[in-house]
Parts: sequence; C-alpha cells; structure tokens
Amino acid sequence: MTRMSYLEAGKQGLTEAMVADPNVWAVGEDLGRGGVFGQYRGLAERFGPERIVDAPISEAGIMGAAVGAALCGTRPVVEMRFSDFALCAIDELVNQAAKARFMFGGQGRVPLVVREPIGMWRSSAAQHSQSLEAWYVHIPGLVVVTPSTPADNRALLRAAIASDDPVVYMEHKDLWALEDEVPDQAETEPLGKAALRRAGDAVTIVSWSKQVHICLEAARTLAGRGIEVEVIDLRSLWPWDQEAVFDSVDRTGRLLVAQESVTVAGFGAEVAASVAERLWDRLKAPVRRLGSPRAPIAYAPILEDRLRVSAADVAAAVEELVSGSRT
Amino acid sequence: MSGSQLRRNVDLARLKQQHRDMLRIRAFEEAALAAAKDGLIKGAIHPSIGQEAVAVGVCGNLARADYLLSTHRGHGQTLIKGADATAMMCELFGREGGTCGGKGGSMHIADFDAGMLGANGVVGANIEIAAGAAHAVKLRGEDRVVACIFGDGAINRGPFLEGLNWARIFDLPVLFVCEDNGFAATTRTRDLTGGPGPAARAESLGIPASEIDGNDVVAVDAAVRDKLALIRGKGGGKGGGGPQFLVCRTYRLSGHTHADAATYRDADEVAAARQDDPIRRSRAWLEEAGVAAAELDALAAEAGAEMAAVSAAAAAAPWPALEAAYRDIQDIGAPREAVP
Repeated sequence: MTRMSYLEAGKQGLTEAMVADPNVWAVGEDLGRGGVFGQYRGLAERFGPERIVDAPISEAGIMGAAVGAALCGTRPVVEMRFSDFALCAIDELVNQAAKARFMFGGQGRVPLVVREPIGMWRSSAAQHSQSLEAWYVHIPGLVVVTPSTPADNRALLRAAIASDDPVVYMEHKDLWALEDEVPDQAETEPLGKAALRRAGDAVTIVSWSKQVHICLEAARTLAGRGIEVEVIDLRSLWPWDQEAVFDSVDRTGRLLVAQESVTVAGFGAEVAASVAERLWDRLKAPVRRLGSPRAPIAYAPILEDRLRVSAADVAAAVEELVSGSRT
Repeated sequence: MSGSQLRRNVDLARLKQQHRDMLRIRAFEEAALAAAKDGLIKGAIHPSIGQEAVAVGVCGNLARADYLLSTHRGHGQTLIKGADATAMMCELFGREGGTCGGKGGSMHIADFDAGMLGANGVVGANIEIAAGAAHAVKLRGEDRVVACIFGDGAINRGPFLEGLNWARIFDLPVLFVCEDNGFAATTRTRDLTGGPGPAARAESLGIPASEIDGNDVVAVDAAVRDKLALIRGKGGGKGGGGPQFLVCRTYRLSGHTHADAATYRDADEVAAARQDDPIRRSRAWLEEAGVAAAELDALAAEAGAEMAAVSAAAAAAPWPALEAAYRDIQDIGAPREAVP
C-alpha cells in the first residue's frame, strides 16, 4: 500500500493506462501545464504533446473530436475542467457518443472517458459547483462513475478507460487533497459494484462521491449515541449496485439516500423508488432523501453552506427514521 | 459554348462512370420517395436530387480506407462511398438487413466497412467528429484522409468553428466540403448568414478554400482530386498537408424532406435550376463526345431497374427482431428489460 491523494491516484490510474495502451491519450484545456487542478502534472513531459493534448477552450470541439477519434481506434480521455463546462458539449456527448453504437446498429464503439469534476468547493458559485450526475444516468449508452476515495480514483479510472462504453467520470473537486492508502498492484475494479464503507443494522445510508465522507462522519456520531448505520458507497450510478442496496435494506428495513446534488429528480429518487418497489413489505419506515434544495449554488460561504447536506443533517434524518419507524 | 470546350479533354470512361453513379443516386432517391409516398418508409427522408455531382465528385475520389462523415442528406454520398444499395434501402424501410439493422433509418445510415462513419441527424455535428477521426488517423500514423460533407446551413453552428479550428491547429488530414444548396432547411441561408459565406469563414481560420460549380461533376472531381493531393502531402500519405475546404454550389431540386413541397420558392427559379441539373449536363457532354443517346437511355433505365429491385427487396425484408431494441446500447449496465 502507498499513501497518496485522490488527485495523485487519478494521475497514477491514467499513467498506468497510457503505459499499457498506446491508443490511450488525454485531451483538454491546459493539460500541457498539468490541468487546472494539477491532475496531469508531469504527464506531458512523460508522454509528449501528442498524447497529452492541449486543447483550445472549445468544449464541443474537444468532445466531438474525441467521439470521432474514439470511433477510429483510439481511447481518448477527455478533460472538461469543470462538469459545468461539459454542458457546452452536450450534443457531442448525449446525441453522438452515447448513441453512435446503437443507431449505427453496433458498427461503431465510442470508448471515451470524459472526466467532469463536480461539486461545491470554496465559493465557486453557480457555474463551477454543480453535481449533475443524475442527468447522465438518464441517458442510455452512458456509464456514470463517481469515485470517493484515492484507491477508487485509480482503479475505477482504469476500469473506465478499459471500457468500450463512453464513461462519464465525475471526480469531486473537494476530494483532490484527500489522502488514503492505495494498493500497489495495478488493479482495476469492476464498474457497477458498490463498496460497503461501514456496516450497521439500524439504517442503510446510500451515498456517493464526497457525500459518502459526510455520511461516515455522521455514522461515527450516531455510533456514539448507540445507533449503528450501514453506509454504502455506490461508486458508480450507472450501472448501480441494486443488489447491494436491496440486501442491506432487507436487513435494516430503513433507507436514507444522501446526495450533494439537488434532491428533486436526483439519483436518490431512483434509489428510493427502486427500494420502495422491491422491498415495500420490508420497510419499517418511509424511505428518506437528503439533498440540496432546488436552488443555484451561491457564492457567499454562508449561503453555500446552507445548501450542503451536513453530517448533522444526516444524523438527524437517521434519528427520525429510527424513532419514527413502524414496528 | 465554354461548357463543352471545358469538357473536351475529359476522360470519357470516367465521365461515363460518373454519369452512371449520378443516375444510380437519382434512381435511389426517386425509389425512396415513391416508397415514402406508399407509406413503406415511415420516417423523414431528405432527398439529394440535384446534388448528385457533389456526392460523386467527392466520394468517387475516396479510397475504401478513407473515412467519410456525412449528413442527413447523405444517401448519394453513402452509395458512392461503397455501401450496398439494398442494405441502405432496408435501413430506410427499418428492416433487418439494413446497414444499421433498421435502428438508425435514413438519418443515421452508416457503413463502417466502407469507411462511411455515419450520417448525422444534427446539422454540423459531423464536422467535429470528422476532425476527431482525422486526429486518430494522425495519432495512429495511418495513411487515410477524412472527408466531411455538410450543408450551407451548418456554417452558422458552433461546431463549424470548433471543428475547423481543431483541424487547423492540429494540422489534420480532412477535406471539408460545404455542399451549398442555398437552403437551411426551408429558409434561404443567405438571409441568415453574416459576411461573405463559407469559404471566407474557412480562410479566416487558415484553411485554404475554393469555390466551384457543384453541379459540374468534372469540376468537382478535379477540385477534390487536387485538394486530396494537397492533404495527402507531397510524399503521398500520412496527411502531411493539413485540412482543405471546398464549397460546391448546387441546388436542391427536391424539398427539404419528402413531405416538403418547397412552395417557398417560385416555379421559375426551380425551372431554371432544372436546366442546370448535373445529370442533364453530364448527359449533354457525353452526347457531344459521341456517346449514343440509346446507350445513355439504357444507363438510366438500368439505374431505375436496379433501384426498383432494391426497393422490392427492402419491402420483402423482415422487420428486426424485438430484442434488437435492447442490443448494442452498452456493455456495462445494458438494459435488463426482457422482451416478452
């Protein structure tokens, strides 16, 4: 095991993929200088400007070119800088990348990975802070991955690059500096498998990305009050690990889904509805969702914090679920 | 007549082949229109009647290994790039045996084996994809060129700027062809376009551009050959020369779709355009060169008979299996719904 940051782990995953396959290349704005967050630092020197490609500020051009290059035998890793900017390239991703294989009757594959850093961090306001993962889950053809740990950021990025499907890979900007142990073996993880981050019997908490860490903080607080919760990190939202969630809720009888993104029509709604459909008879309490209000993300720290789902919010919701349960 | 003088030194066998290719496109489009009228083709089709010289002049110069990115009005381009006419018609009919198994229809025809990487339902989207295909060609050190054909309506979309700029800055082997038929769907493009038009826009991005009579198949053929030689570079291959741009001025004799009677233009204009029909012109040149009218009539009849048979074969083809609705979506997280 080696201790490294979420950012370094992602860079290691990309490096390993580029060493293993000469058809893997990365393209995005400022990559030659390491990328906006430093996720690519040193890679241009190692792999050269043909494989770590500096793109103009031209998100549609980047994504569209990546679609063409992916159809023609390469495996582009597309950097969108902020997930918010990927909205400039939605036709290229949704109408082209996601649908090419199907509408051409299986003739073409689009093995691209689009890295879209998500989430609230340090007063970045409404156009640099969003978490729009649920949009992409809605699109047939796309895989959606939301790593929450350094080990996952390396292993899941490698799996995403190895996949022949287009993958929306959403790293959380507030996790770049997070350090943890990463296995020394160059392993990949299968996409679509959740990780059990904490075992418990009172309530199942389902989360992903940075919100997982906030749920774990709440879980530690709750343990001090005698409530042991189970925390499931979905890791990928499409496909999502229904079996892991169903197995857990079957035991606990209570579900809380916690997300940073807007609650309304968020991915938590899919999890909640799926559990209600499948496990109605096993539920001891109504399913519960926590997320952001349907408001753009504000700049002032005090306003931004108002939109976050805190550990205290999670703990309070769990206590309500436990105390208000049907018996 | 300057036109016939220009044609005096033409390679007769090549012109005859081009004439025959244009007749096949025309016959394919007419058969498709008839099938649409009979309710056999359910979706929209965008006929390229009147624009055949562009498809033949461009695609006739591409090798099978070269890539083509086409448009919603791309039947002719696809045919000449080497797709099978019956498979194409089956696709328009939504039948098994279609180029895309009946899942794409007219607007998403593709034949990857023939290097035809897809028509596109989104105007201008193919420009960036073509740049990316050429980027892959360059990265992999392959000896191919990419041709990208789009209409004059596409030049007002962002991908025109982003895709052309991309091809220029990375010096990619792409031939961009603006098939200027004067209409953006059902509105005159010139009424909605600032500045002098597509060639000037390409030049402003550093891509050498020429404008030619796109109804003159010999002129298109020659211009494309010259442009492709520049793209392939002096050494002949590996795309040393960077992108090139060609504007082919033509006229859409049919409506925007099969359902568009094109009443927004007057009869005189269309009548004049019919005199300028590229197939009429190539026929006249062939007659001047001594080819018998009977032989030319036979070529037209042959194309008509071929496409009538193609249409009949498509009508007789089975519908796709229901499972096809769930196939070829993705490997990871493919839909779980079972077809009853």
